[in-house]
Amino acid sequence: MHPVRKQRLILISSLVIGVAIAVGFMLMALGENLNAFYSPTQVQAGEAPGDHTFRVGGMVADESVVHDEKNLDVTFQVTDRLNTTTVKYTGILPDLFREGQGILAEGKLDEKGVFIASRVLAKHDENYMPPEVSEALKAAQDIKKYKQNQ
Amino acid sequence: MLQWLHKLASPKIFYNLASRLIPWFGWSTLLLLVYGLYGGLIEAPADYQQGDSFRIMYIHVPAAWMSMFIYLVIAFHSAVFLIWKITISDILARVSALIGASFTFIALVTGCLWGKPMWGTYWIWDARLTSELLLLFIYLGYMGLGSAIEDRRVAARACALLAIVCVVIIPIIHYSVIWWNTLHQGSSVSVMNKSAIDTSMLIPLLVMAIAFKLFYVLVVLMRARTELLFQERKTNWVRKLIQEK
Repeated sequence: MHPVRKQRLILISSLVIGVAIAVGFMLMALGENLNAFYSPTQVQAGEAPGDHTFRVGGMVADESVVHDEKNLDVTFQVTDRLNTTTVKYTGILPDLFREGQGILAEGKLDEKGVFIASRVLAKHDENYMPPEVSEALKAAQDIKKYKQNQ
Repeated sequence: MLQWLHKLASPKIFYNLASRLIPWFGWSTLLLLVYGLYGGLIEAPADYQQGDSFRIMYIHVPAAWMSMFIYLVIAFHSAVFLIWKITISDILARVSALIGASFTFIALVTGCLWGKPMWGTYWIWDARLTSELLLLFIYLGYMGLGSAIEDRRVAARACALLAIVCVVIIPIIHYSVIWWNTLHQGSSVSVMNKSAIDTSMLIPLLVMAIAFKLFYVLVVLMRARTELLFQERKTNWVRKLIQEK
């Protein structure tokens, strides 16, 4: 390669590497702040900002959803399989909301450690399948559970 | 190989080759687009959770892939231009920017439209959405810088440098769903592992992805041809070409 071109190639490569390292450090410094939500374990450990609005994310725990019969109040548990956070919400839940679904709740912790949500968002996972496949999977799981219980 | 590439970098040869390739790319794009849209919008089964709303992914996902792919093409050609001073590379990078910006915009808009019924919100400032929006601004900045500088040679070098510096956004967009907690889901399609998407739904998606790629090549060739004629308007081969027509 021509020496001038080689020099330019080295210059450009080092520019890219330099910028990448700088941005890498920046992102590392920002770290946790770039997360869209905290997990219940982080909330338990006090890593979430207690006095500000933040988001907690996880799965809606099985058999934890309690609807108020008179109004739109709903209480449920969000879990990351290690810890749970109790969430209280008033309003209409997204269509995908159900037990076992990943969700994000935005709001604040009250003094009792209950999360008072002002907004609930459903998190869709990366699985796409036709209904038949999903039912077949569910049936397989039910059989497994049934066998375990016996 | 190198000699062949060098020959291709000559404006006249590139122009002639582009003129011959354009109809091929045009027809194959049309064919795959029709097949992919039919497969995705009509033939593929509805999703078990999202019903028919998931079908927006046949536009959203290929557009998002293209937004990143085109940026890599621009960065690559910018580096080639800075090192070897090949005019064609500058032209290819420059004409790609608007196409890339359009795909980024399409990805963002279709994502918002899907987000409202599925997530419950049009927009959230999570790492994936924010970095993709940043990519749109980078495209716009790149185009703005190019047209703000009168002298084309100065503009080409400034733009090339900007494109190369900003290429760090691409890995950030790609890995954002892994490095941070985001509302946006992880990727469903994987080369190494089994995809988390049923085959009946995956095939139209891949067809659409190829169709979008061919469409990009088609538009780049068309725009590059025009740009080339304008830049080379004072040379003999262009004069001859005009006289022949």
